[in-house]
Amino acid sequence: MGKVKVQRSSTSIDMTPMVDLAFLLVTFFMLTTKFAPEEPLAVDMPTSVSEIKLPDTDILTISISKDGVVFFNMDGKYNREELLAKMGEKYGVQFSDQEVRSFSLLSSMGVPFGNLKQFLSMAPEERKLVKQPGIPCDSLNNELADWVIFSRTTNPKLRIAIKGDRDAEYPVVKNVITTLIDKKVNRFNLITNMESGS
Amino acid sequence: MAEISQGSGKKDGKVRSKKTSTRIDMTPMVDLAFLLLTFFVMTTTLNKPQTMEITMPEKPKVEDKQPLVNEKRVLTLVLGGEDKVYWYLGITDPKVELSNFSNDGIRKVLLQQNAQIKEMVVLIKPSDQSKYKNVVDILDEMNISNIARFALVDITPVDKELIKDSQL
Repeated sequence: MGKVKVQRSSTSIDMTPMVDLAFLLVTFFMLTTKFAPEEPLAVDMPTSVSEIKLPDTDILTISISKDGVVFFNMDGKYNREELLAKMGEKYGVQFSDQEVRSFSLLSSMGVPFGNLKQFLSMAPEERKLVKQPGIPCDSLNNELADWVIFSRTTNPKLRIAIKGDRDAEYPVVKNVITTLIDKKVNRFNLITNMESGS
Repeated sequence: MAEISQGSGKKDGKVRSKKTSTRIDMTPMVDLAFLLLTFFVMTTTLNKPQTMEITMPEKPKVEDKQPLVNEKRVLTLVLGGEDKVYWYLGITDPKVELSNFSNDGIRKVLLQQNAQIKEMVVLIKPSDQSKYKNVVDILDEMNISNIARFALVDITPVDKELIKDSQL
């Protein structure tokens, strides 16, 4: 009788190509992810069906926290240094090189200009513990307007985005919007999250 | 001695080189690779903020004339607290009705009125009790219902009275 020989193959498969691919993807995603810098406030954004993506650069973000505290952020290290110089000139405050550098590396910031020098001279760990009171933006003392004006003169390509918390009270948002309109910023972006399918 | 004796069966003292396969077990490495992969995939896709572009009208100058609109074409939405929306048509003796942000709420109203009224103008008046979320939601509804003419306006004392009187 002719015996049929069953071919025996190893049960372990060669995983090398799969590993190659996996590591390729890992490196790709590692290099493309940009970790968001640590923000001093947590903003839970509202959702919308809008599909316009926010550009990555030339953005001025005005964040509004749940408690109605207004924060300011602009991207670009060198632009920030220039901006601080301009603001210092207007308010008559001199900043040391060290303070300018720490301002250029800061993310969102929400302290009145009078306290900014003191705030910048703190160590980063200390800064986290400080409860930031927010940038004044009411009609009596509107520092936000100055920040917006000088940011725009520093970087004319700047787009202005409002990043508000879902539960922020409208009057605060209204103050910010009125400030922007007063300074002839009629077009701005509201940052939202993607609407989850409902 | 710090040596670990391996079995006591060796009597001849010959060192036997152990034959091991040249293949190493890659499973733990693959596990790790995929773990990292899923982590980075998750973090990148979830981190894309959307934006809603709005253009506000320029601040009117004193000598500017404001365009007049027929009151029959005006739908006013007042955003109240607790996610309420009050709406009424026209200005003279309006009938205030209550709605909400659900699918059958204000969207239905907007679509209905938009079909009935030609060139409808929507005035959005967020009250002081409303949240930022409500404003974004209602702007979103404008987008969804394809309403081109809308404006974000400050609430007036008249509106506040109307809402109060409606007892809704």
